[in-house]
Amino acid sequence: MATALYISPGQFLPAGDFRDHGISLYVHAHFHIALTIACYSQIMSALPDAGGLLRLPDLQPPPLRSEERKPAARPRIHIPMPSRAADGAFTAVVVLAAITLFAILALIAIQLVAHSRLSLHQFGFRFFVQSVWDPVAGQFGALPFVYGTLVSSFLALALAVPLAVVVALFSTELCPRKLRAPLSFTVELLAAIPSVIYGLWGIFVLAPILRLYVEPWLARNLGWTGLFEGAPFGIGMLAAGVILAIMVIPIVASITREVVIAVPRQQREAVLALGATRWEMLRLGVLRNARAGILGGIILGLGRAIGETMAVTMVIGNTPQIAKSLFAPGYTLASVIANEFSEATGDLYLSALVEIGLALFLVTLLVNALARLLVWRVTRGMPARAHA
Amino acid sequence: MRSHNRKSQVGIGRKLINAAAMTLMTGTAFLVIAPLVAILSYLVYRGVGALNWSFLTHLPAPPGELGGGMGNGIVGSGLILLVAIVIGVPLGIGSGIFLAEYGRNRYGNLIRFTADVLNGVPSIVIGMTVYGLVVVTQKHFSLLAGGIALGIMMVPTVTRSTEEMLLMVPQSIREAALGLGVPRWRTTVSVVLRSASSGIVTGIMLAFARVAGETAPLLFTAFGNQFWNLRPDQPTAALPLQIFTYAISPFDDWHRQAWAGALVLIVLIVGTVAVVRLVTFRGMLRGAA
Amino acid sequence: MGTPIHVSNLNAWFGKRQALENISVDVPPNHATAIIGPSGCGKSTFVRCVNRMHETVPDARVDGTVKLGETDVYGNGSSPVEVRRKVGMVFQKPNPFPTMSIYDNVAAGLKLNGVRRRRQLDEVVERSLRQAALWDEVKDELKKKSGASLSGGQQQRLCIARALAVEPEVMLMDEPASALDPISTAKIEDLIFQLKEQYTIVIVTHNMQQAARVAEFTGFFLMGRLIEFGKTETIFTKPHDKRTEDYITGRFG
Repeated sequence: MATALYISPGQFLPAGDFRDHGISLYVHAHFHIALTIACYSQIMSALPDAGGLLRLPDLQPPPLRSEERKPAARPRIHIPMPSRAADGAFTAVVVLAAITLFAILALIAIQLVAHSRLSLHQFGFRFFVQSVWDPVAGQFGALPFVYGTLVSSFLALALAVPLAVVVALFSTELCPRKLRAPLSFTVELLAAIPSVIYGLWGIFVLAPILRLYVEPWLARNLGWTGLFEGAPFGIGMLAAGVILAIMVIPIVASITREVVIAVPRQQREAVLALGATRWEMLRLGVLRNARAGILGGIILGLGRAIGETMAVTMVIGNTPQIAKSLFAPGYTLASVIANEFSEATGDLYLSALVEIGLALFLVTLLVNALARLLVWRVTRGMPARAHA
Repeated sequence: MRSHNRKSQVGIGRKLINAAAMTLMTGTAFLVIAPLVAILSYLVYRGVGALNWSFLTHLPAPPGELGGGMGNGIVGSGLILLVAIVIGVPLGIGSGIFLAEYGRNRYGNLIRFTADVLNGVPSIVIGMTVYGLVVVTQKHFSLLAGGIALGIMMVPTVTRSTEEMLLMVPQSIREAALGLGVPRWRTTVSVVLRSASSGIVTGIMLAFARVAGETAPLLFTAFGNQFWNLRPDQPTAALPLQIFTYAISPFDDWHRQAWAGALVLIVLIVGTVAVVRLVTFRGMLRGAA
Repeated sequence: MGTPIHVSNLNAWFGKRQALENISVDVPPNHATAIIGPSGCGKSTFVRCVNRMHETVPDARVDGTVKLGETDVYGNGSSPVEVRRKVGMVFQKPNPFPTMSIYDNVAAGLKLNGVRRRRQLDEVVERSLRQAALWDEVKDELKKKSGASLSGGQQQRLCIARALAVEPEVMLMDEPASALDPISTAKIEDLIFQLKEQYTIVIVTHNMQQAARVAEFTGFFLMGRLIEFGKTETIFTKPHDKRTEDYITGRFG
């Protein structure tokens, strides 16, 4: 039970200045040494100076110290007072920037609706279920493009998702630490390659490989499925699917990585504690919990695949037809716009293409909103700051 | 903590599955890297051969003729990207500041959502919109229109990364500045923004790398040009556009040149991304902000 | 000569939660006044109301009168920026600007407000660093070293120098030494001792011995109310209120 001494640095004020509550004796046997003002200084002078932290109270005001401490006679530096308007102006500029962002999106939507009005009026929604696209004859049926977009995108996802999820799991769970950075850099790099270069590679490298090796093999062994019939051109739906898959892997992989990292340690440890193997831990402890987020990543990848233009245009063959075989050339919504927009003759033609653009816009809007919702729910809106 | 007395309870079957899964996963990781390596190395292999000084500085030769280059495309891309930066960066940083400093409310959420949606809009749709707004008004395809389209595409990336970087600046720094009697706007600009500046520059560079390779939005805006063009209101050649045109053409020499152009483009983009990665790494170690 | 702080009927809220209830106190000029009390009692909030930092928190509200000498802090004619120029603030965790050099840190209050003249800035920086007892330690590296590369105690003295550079009338210190080691703490306390001749100092502390060491006056806060205010010596030896006594004897907090 240490006795605590409460000392004041004791500078006396002239009497009657501030709230002097009078002197009274206060005794508390267990914790304090009772002091009267009279005894105070006597006791204090008898105490050792403990490490310079206890000060002997001065009953006189301390002597005036060196010159610097005197209230200086030098002039105060004039600091200009800022105008109050500046704050308001800055806020206005910044808010304007944000509003412009919104305005851009609004403009896009308005433009698309306005310029597709003719076609919407003429065809309505039958536009998307009619299967003949023959502008010369005035027939505008967008079903082949819808078909092409859907098939190429889903094919891409079917190929990409398993690979992407595995790569993500690998880089977060299995990969030796030193290789993590190079690996994630590599995947990032895949995302950085421009679409047109993928297309270039697709035409001159992928298509010949498909034509010469892959497609004949598929036709021989899996031809019974009906998906691999017809002459192998190399160029066609399969090529588009493969290229899209490569382009979609980075997105799905990076989102999967984020959600996998967000799965709390306890989940993994709980499964391991039950005696699971590593693989089982990944399946039950990690993937199961990250399901929603991975689904979000897949949907984002789908959004990307649907909107992808150049690479697909260069390898899909650009033929507006609906064919069962993956070897056959096809056409996608984005590709038809890319190929025919600048040469569209006639208002209806142009309007039809804009309507296709509107459809693309709405679909990607929906897809992205859905995906973000799923991903945010899992990672609670905070991107995992993991450094591979 | 394995007890050696206890008989192992993991059956052979599960162990095999585990081993198979591990091997498969490792193999898959390599499978994913393979296309990247394949593409890049093939690019270098095909591109280097056609790359020479004349390629970088000359105009395209008439179709079917040998020789010529993509000089106008390189310069054109440079100018278009300049316009894109001038439009995209201020808008992006401004919006980012708004979201970080004034946007922790539902207006901010709306703008954040808008940025995400804009990010997901297919680039060809953006091209179509700018066509309708700018090209139709100007009555011709133009460098400016191309720059606007690419600038719009830069905005969401710059906005989100600016916001993120600003949020990383601790509140105590803002309080220190405010406590000194520095007005709020000056605090944001000279103290907070300055602390976050390296991260913001990184975001800008990443946005730049993304739009530098974009072709679709330029199809109906800049449109392409066989000749030099420095005027903002005329159609302009761009590197990605030329690569596309040459690639789908029937001429072998143009195919060759397409690879060279691709090499130039990839060096620019990968170079930017690599620099960003290096700087970020070092920047984080040095503890900026 | 110095500036007294007169507070009358001060109330403060965070949204619906009332953090300060009817605080009235006169802080004497050119002395050090300690504010003590258990966690969450409103000490920091009180101090932040004096320099209008409380209102930077969203949904924060203030009601009542605060006067610095003749200036009405919340009056119609006063802007927060003006008030904060007159009041220097030092925070619990040292917060030098990380991307600025030592020189720029100290000069920040002036440079960011448009003072450009080299000679003036040099003079102010040297004077402030001397006042903060940091000059000798950093004078050779003013522009080369960044503010964040100093030790904790040095950083806090840098923050004090930075606050002094704008020549405030009042210095508010919110637990300035609580994140520091004992030696740095002693240096800071020495500093306060020297500064109080020129400035009115209010120091928030949860360390009662510190209050006793450096402050002539002490105010005890509890649950948003000012329970007792008076000479430090009185508060610690003959407190009038039982709650004060309970706190300083360690019954709670």
